[in-house]
Amino acid sequence: MSAADLQHTILAVWRIEQPRLITSLSRMLRDVPLAEDLTQDTLVAALEHWPATGVPQNPGAWLMATAKRRALDHLRRGQMLARKHDVIQSDLEREQHTMPDPDAALDDAFGDELLRLVFTACHPLLSREARAALALRMICGLTNEEIARAFLISEEAVAQRIVRAKRKLSDSGLAYETPAADELSERLASVLEVVYLVFNEGYTAARGDEWHRPQLCNEALRLGRMLTAIAPREPETHGLLALMELNASRNAARTDAQGDPILLMEQDRARWDLLQIGRGLRSLARAQALGGGGGFYALQAAIVACHARAGRPEDTNWPAIASLYAELAGLIKSPVIELNRAVAVGQADGPAAGLAIVDGLVRDGGLENYHLLPTVRGDFLERLGRHDEARIAFEAAANLTANTRERSMLMRRAEAAANRALQ
Amino acid sequence: MRFMYIVTSPKGHVMPNPALMEAINKISEREIKAGRMIDSGGLMPVATGAQVKIADKALSVIDGPFVEAKELIGGYAIFELRDKEEAVAMAKEFMQLHIEHMPEWEGTCEVRAFMTAPPCA
Repeated sequence: MSAADLQHTILAVWRIEQPRLITSLSRMLRDVPLAEDLTQDTLVAALEHWPATGVPQNPGAWLMATAKRRALDHLRRGQMLARKHDVIQSDLEREQHTMPDPDAALDDAFGDELLRLVFTACHPLLSREARAALALRMICGLTNEEIARAFLISEEAVAQRIVRAKRKLSDSGLAYETPAADELSERLASVLEVVYLVFNEGYTAARGDEWHRPQLCNEALRLGRMLTAIAPREPETHGLLALMELNASRNAARTDAQGDPILLMEQDRARWDLLQIGRGLRSLARAQALGGGGGFYALQAAIVACHARAGRPEDTNWPAIASLYAELAGLIKSPVIELNRAVAVGQADGPAAGLAIVDGLVRDGGLENYHLLPTVRGDFLERLGRHDEARIAFEAAANLTANTRERSMLMRRAEAAANRALQ
Repeated sequence: MRFMYIVTSPKGHVMPNPALMEAINKISEREIKAGRMIDSGGLMPVATGAQVKIADKALSVIDGPFVEAKELIGGYAIFELRDKEEAVAMAKEFMQLHIEHMPEWEGTCEVRAFMTAPPCA
């Protein structure tokens, strides 16, 4: 085995064990950021030792023993931690007294510790970017280099972001805490926001490394599955997982052979992943059964589900989508959501109804530089036979987009509208 | 990448003992919580199964137990993991439990990647 292959194997073994290592250490040390440091040290130890000794027969046990030894060394060394040590020691003694196997207690606490890990990494005190980096590193076991390549920033920037975030947690006394019941939903929102940010970074990216950005989607899906397993009573965790699964199900159909994007209505639906759609629909049903059908993520998932359920584009239930957008608009005041609602209303009730909403958006302002506003407006005008006005709208849209492919498409539509205006 | 784990053992072999079952349940619960295990299941004894075969362009149905089979599938699991190295590491951890809790057990855990596109490719 080459040195690179061996390193790959060691990293894979470590990643498999990483959730158990970090949760066990954070329980021992009562300190999540410190547990993460020592979990990383354990990886370094494996990378140092295993090339000489070979990968041990039971690498998981080796990693766990090494990690625990480091944690105990740390506790013994730290003068400042003397008091804490007593607490841990008596905890451990009590556990050994009541439980024949202390590891069994750690196993049972795995879900609780994982939840604590998630809430710590995604603490609202931290910036969204810091939360995303910490989550990928502490929960998913990504290296700084992998995070850097995924987010298209330097490795040093990632390292700094993580060090600062961990220090901030420690300085704020947040190294080992779980939110109280009354702040749980607010804190959960901060977790879900990060998971969705990670997913979208991977999903909507136009540029970037061909492996590292898609990997973000996979990590976000994994985080979503994790949250539904450790916080199964929270409807929005199921809503978010549904939204991600349903969006990801279209992945193979989203680009052509040249890598150019294909619009939703023009995708080959045979290439949508039916198994993944099934999982997404089940998660959505779960969110709704828990009374969370009106949540931010569940509503968006329900909209995507309308598309997923339509065997052909013409089967799309536009009235349902329009009313879901109306519900979403009641939740979050956003001109972009309103524009999406206009598109659905335009499909459900005709272009005049859609145009009325779009004209309202033009009056209200706020989307002056958003090329999709005149694009949608031009589309409605065109369908209403108002070709000259449509031409003006498409030209305005073309001038607002920086994407050359999109601009030439809009100019073609402007030209077509101009030709029809002459007929 | 999505992987299927198929566990086979020589025919006539016994079911996992309670200690092994408990260890398997524990690792399964952990891996579900870690967001990596998507599905799993054990299979009923082969006596309850059947094989529908084609030979010489003709269909035949054979009810279990299947006398000529050398290895029998006892269960499966589906994992979402990064690559084959992770998949093998996971399989080794799972099989290690058999050595610890049921040393007399012998069998194979076959790891196969799904052909379908991963969630984001």
